[in-house]
Amino acid sequence: MDFAFLLNTMGKLLTALPTTLGLFFLSMLFGGLLSLVIVAMRVSPIPALRWFARAYVLVFRGSPLLIQLFLIYYGLGQFDAVRESLFWIVLREPYACAVLALALCTAGYTAEIVRGGMLAVPHGQIEAGLATGMSRWMLLRRVIAPIALRHCLPAYSTELVLLVKSTALASLVTVWDVTGVAQQIIQRTYRTMEVFVCAAAIYLLLNFLLVRAAAMLERHLSPHLRKRPQTTSTPEPLASTLG
Amino acid sequence: MELFDMLGFGEQGWGLTLLLATLLTVALTLCGLLVGAVFGALVAAAKLSSRRSLRNAGELYSTVFRGIPELLVIYLFYFGGSTLITAIGQWFGAEGFIATPPFLVGTLAVGMISGSYQAEVYRGAYLAVSQGELEAARAIGMPTLMLARRILMPQIFRLSLPGLGNVWQMSLKDSALISVTGLAELMRSTQIAAGSTRQYFTFYIVGGLLYLVLTAMSNQVFHRAEKRMNQSQRRSLAGGH
Repeated sequence: MDFAFLLNTMGKLLTALPTTLGLFFLSMLFGGLLSLVIVAMRVSPIPALRWFARAYVLVFRGSPLLIQLFLIYYGLGQFDAVRESLFWIVLREPYACAVLALALCTAGYTAEIVRGGMLAVPHGQIEAGLATGMSRWMLLRRVIAPIALRHCLPAYSTELVLLVKSTALASLVTVWDVTGVAQQIIQRTYRTMEVFVCAAAIYLLLNFLLVRAAAMLERHLSPHLRKRPQTTSTPEPLASTLG
Repeated sequence: MELFDMLGFGEQGWGLTLLLATLLTVALTLCGLLVGAVFGALVAAAKLSSRRSLRNAGELYSTVFRGIPELLVIYLFYFGGSTLITAIGQWFGAEGFIATPPFLVGTLAVGMISGSYQAEVYRGAYLAVSQGELEAARAIGMPTLMLARRILMPQIFRLSLPGLGNVWQMSLKDSALISVTGLAELMRSTQIAAGSTRQYFTFYIVGGLLYLVLTAMSNQVFHRAEKRMNQSQRRSLAGGH
């Protein structure tokens, strides 16, 4: 095995790691925020908003991310109106287009996850909140959000792993992320297996860290579900203290 | 050019090309799903095995194929496959570079990725089969093969159908990535049409809509299949299914 080549490849791939991480964090942030807007629409009393949210989720979950990305990167640039508008500063950059496409797509999936989490909030607890005179906002903040968040987390961590994998598509619109650089090295050297192993190691490590972080957060958020630590002194039987 | 001419079936139109490409995408995904069923069943069996080494191997397969970008897996198969075949060819005296057939690469890549997800579906389905039924079958002296054929398989198939629907949708979207190998499936054909007419927006919208039609149609198919498979099941009194 050629360790010098492996080391050299790993070095080149690691220089592209910030790009991949940037794509991931930015699209996670924007996608997360957008998903909350979509969920708010999905549960709103206005039928038009509900209908829009449903259509959004259907379209972005039902078509491949690659076609969404190409539509944004190549499709929008076709119009003079877009090229002359203020948005062109953003839309002419492949990196920004990739973040936009990833965020739009992940928002569709995340919205469904958040909605699922909200449906899991027991109705009695919402009624109890209303009965004690909580405002809608306070109810959301103190009752619905904490419970829904706990329910969402396992599914959301899966979605984040999928998002990490999706960032690889940015390489197809000339963003030099880890996959893009890996493909470039493969085409130059034709040593597919070695380059693949290096790139795979990077992605596997990222996903491992992500899943661990989500598991830690989940543990942190559900202290009441954990086993109570064993107390050293056995409490007195109730009857004798009342005795 | 008028929109209808461009998308129509005439000489200038791309209608037929896109329609055939849609069929190729369906064929690719279908083959991928079948390949994935074989890998998925093997990996699920390995994960449920009592032998530690097999369980670890199954775990490794899942981790690798579920944790690495699909695009990288496709590159591995496409470039790696060509290198391998060229090496074998040279061994037999062939000269020059031999490319791997893209359909084969695509089927294998989509299949092995979907196999890692199918494995979880099958494993879950196996665990959902009631142990009592298996014990009853053993108690009346059914041989293992008959037990698998009469008790296990029908139930695993029924229980894994909803999960398989999700995997199918995922594979359908993964198949779009095979376009990087130059195989003229729906994504690649859309790209070609968009590039040669310079109507990027229109064609990517049309391509996206065709994918949406495919996902909606397959949803219907799986919904019907589930209904059919559940005919023998006890229904709740509340109605519905």
